[in-house]
Amino acid sequence: MDQSVFLPQGDFGQIFERLREAGYRVVGPAEQEGALTYDVLESADDIPVGLVDRQAPGHYRLEQQNHRRRFDWVGTAQGLKPWLFVAEQPLWVAREVEGGLRFEEVRETPVPTAVIGVRACDLAALALQDRHFLDGDYPDPHYRARRESLLLVAVNCHRSADTCFCVSTGDGPEVTFGADLVLDELDQGYLVKAGSERGAELLARLPGRPVRGWHKRRAKALRKQARTQQRALPSRDLRGPLYAARDDMRHWQPVAERCLTCGNCAAVCPTCFCHRVDEESPLDGSLSRAVRRWDTCFNDEHSYLVGHVVRKSAEHKYRQWLTHKLAIWHDQYDRSGCTGCGRCITWCPVGIDIVEEAERLCREVGES
Amino acid sequence: MAQASIAVHKLTSCSGCQSVFLNLGDDLLVLNELVEISHFIEAGLNNFDAEVDIAFVEGSITTPDDEARILKVRERSRFVVAIGACACSGGVQALRNVKDSVGWAGAVYADTEYLDSLAESRPVAQLVKVDLELWGCPISGRQLIATVRALLQGVPPVLPTEKVCQECKRAGNVCVLVTKAAPCLGPVTRAGCGALCPSFGAPCYTCFGASEQPNCDSLGERLVGLGIPQRQVAERFVSISSGLEPYQKAWARWRIPAKQLDS
Amino acid sequence: MNDPWTPYSARVVERVVETPDVVTLSLRFTDPEVQQQYRFACGQFNMLYLFGLGEVPISIMDYQDGCLQHTIRAVGRVSRKLVALEPGAMIGLRGPYGNSWPLEAARGRDLVFITAGLGCAPVIAAIRRAIAERDAYRRLIIMQGVKHSEDLLWQAQYDRWREVPDCEVLLAASEEAKVPFAWSLGMVTTLIDKARFDPLNSTVMMCGPEPMMRASIRALENNGVAMDNCYFSLERNMQCALGLCGHCQMGSPFICKNGPIFRVSDVRDWFLLEGY
Repeated sequence: MDQSVFLPQGDFGQIFERLREAGYRVVGPAEQEGALTYDVLESADDIPVGLVDRQAPGHYRLEQQNHRRRFDWVGTAQGLKPWLFVAEQPLWVAREVEGGLRFEEVRETPVPTAVIGVRACDLAALALQDRHFLDGDYPDPHYRARRESLLLVAVNCHRSADTCFCVSTGDGPEVTFGADLVLDELDQGYLVKAGSERGAELLARLPGRPVRGWHKRRAKALRKQARTQQRALPSRDLRGPLYAARDDMRHWQPVAERCLTCGNCAAVCPTCFCHRVDEESPLDGSLSRAVRRWDTCFNDEHSYLVGHVVRKSAEHKYRQWLTHKLAIWHDQYDRSGCTGCGRCITWCPVGIDIVEEAERLCREVGES
Repeated sequence: MAQASIAVHKLTSCSGCQSVFLNLGDDLLVLNELVEISHFIEAGLNNFDAEVDIAFVEGSITTPDDEARILKVRERSRFVVAIGACACSGGVQALRNVKDSVGWAGAVYADTEYLDSLAESRPVAQLVKVDLELWGCPISGRQLIATVRALLQGVPPVLPTEKVCQECKRAGNVCVLVTKAAPCLGPVTRAGCGALCPSFGAPCYTCFGASEQPNCDSLGERLVGLGIPQRQVAERFVSISSGLEPYQKAWARWRIPAKQLDS
Repeated sequence: MNDPWTPYSARVVERVVETPDVVTLSLRFTDPEVQQQYRFACGQFNMLYLFGLGEVPISIMDYQDGCLQHTIRAVGRVSRKLVALEPGAMIGLRGPYGNSWPLEAARGRDLVFITAGLGCAPVIAAIRRAIAERDAYRRLIIMQGVKHSEDLLWQAQYDRWREVPDCEVLLAASEEAKVPFAWSLGMVTTLIDKARFDPLNSTVMMCGPEPMMRASIRALENNGVAMDNCYFSLERNMQCALGLCGHCQMGSPFICKNGPIFRVSDVRDWFLLEGY
């Protein structure tokens, strides 16, 4: 399936058109309150050009640059999570009827959605969410419906943000799986590669030109450039040091002093899957609705157990989050729950850095 | 047939929380069918002495009259629900508690002879037993509906104590603290508003009071570190819910002492 | 079939008041077809739903006369309302979820049940099955601890079990000045030292408050029982019961899908640690 074409810069809109013809609504990068997020786009012109993101712990700024590239940015505020595992999902509705309760499942038919601009770390995260929501004894019908209507146009990163560490988790910066189309963006145009049969069909309908050797060489050099990352997790499997640090709360105090237990890290994490189920009724009580909402292990309610909160302190909560993400995931899903996107670093209001914390814990455990 | 009787009382307040009842739209009509509204002056029902199942009390205890009224309300109500920042924490008028209120009054009014207020603005729970607190400035209509619904079923409502950040992220907002260095107090504020201000790009200023586990020290340090003047950071914490201990501590930590200001 | 999130309509057939705050409800699905397809194993739990209030996980006490029996204590927002339900009341029900007590694997061994408070409910069915197949096991030891002797549920049942051949029933009350005849004073753990069972050839099944189970683990270890042969039923804030919502994780296991019953040695480290 190694089919590639070169699509000149001016023909980029053709991808858009083909997707619309195939019945997809197109989602891509859009500016919102000073950051890039994924939003529904009306045309290819909606994609901002020349924007790059500057990220640091607790810091995100967009910078307008003097070029016409559309995908020179690295990270959106959220990955694919809000499009699949949506923040608020009605589950079912109950009504009191003659002879019992009547339960009606909530069934939506999701609009077929194509997302343009997806990065390797987010595809890796998607695979992990697939694993969680689809591979168990009770596949989630709501996630599945959205997942099945999704088409992905990925982009290889040609730069890294200061918060990126996907090289160390093995998830990027190059797209190796999970996308229908993969783009490498050059100043002159796009190297477009099919990653699936659907992608190949799409590609066949693009006014692509033959790929030249210099296209490939240039793209390769840019991909290599993105591999230069400042941050790296100490190892892909941190079960050893993190389980060793688990029992001694002194390891968790320094971070607990800073941690706001606000759960922003979990909310932007593309693999965090926790949710709670709320019950809601209109005032007249004519029906009752079960709604699931994103939840986080930083909330007291998350570990509430008849009369007490199991994980009460910030030490307990941060330990739960970090240990789960970097260690327990290996036991549950055979790999770390972190794909190196760095969102938890950028979007932590006080700039707590997961890599720094992991390094500190490894160091402290190694010293003791 | 009405399932319960209710009263909506007002102490020292702006009447904004009472207005939430009136702004319920169609649900106001539903409410009127579900319960007997015995007393609600803003809606034209004046029967202060009525005994009721549920009394919603707006406002703080700021005058001797408030003190007398709340004792009567408690006596005549099975269930007292404090509504809004004033009733739950003393409200914006609790700022008087941290400053020289007599001096202020003198500076504002030509003649203070007819003012009759207490030294402090206090939440309702400091005087009488409060069965439930509905936070907000003003309270949320959604939470009000959920509360009435739950009380009619004989259970306490489920009200969040999590941070505004949670609602903010669910709403799909971008964090204004991170992208604009805005002094957002969402990380130490109770959810309930649906992250209203951040949804319009503005930082949160604690309408729903302190969340569970508010780490004001860390957040305050961060805001100061972002270059926001210390005094602004201090004042940010004591606007709407200044009566709350975690916010007062933060204010005390970052306010510039008066001496320093004079020099 | 409903999707995995959606409950089925069920009806309260009988309500038995066990103590002032504990009630046993017998439930039957409204739809006979759903009822017919329902199977459960000892130790599993159901999600019970009250209209307008929400769902709670409740262990299945037993299945008798075509009814699911749940013994419920009024402790929370939903359970307080559940215990007040009268026959005819409509509720929602989905399940069963989780794994079951290892009765098969324990054949030929001593069976030791250690429970406290309402922790006895999830093992009642297992004890009944064991007694129904009395010959399959060696000694049966049933230990139950309560605060006050009058808190003991199903006194008559415990008395009947004393009559079962080679079955030892030991009861303890922890907050009573003077305990009745044949009772011990103290926590259920004090019974472990008194009970006669072969520590090398026993299977232990425990359920109760976590401090009680921690103390029991220590007492069993002191008596030379390997944790490989001990099982307990755990509880966390289960909201979906499907292994999806994440609330019931205790370290690596999801209590709802990997449990609620665990071999102690598999989760010992997580269990003994505060804040997991």
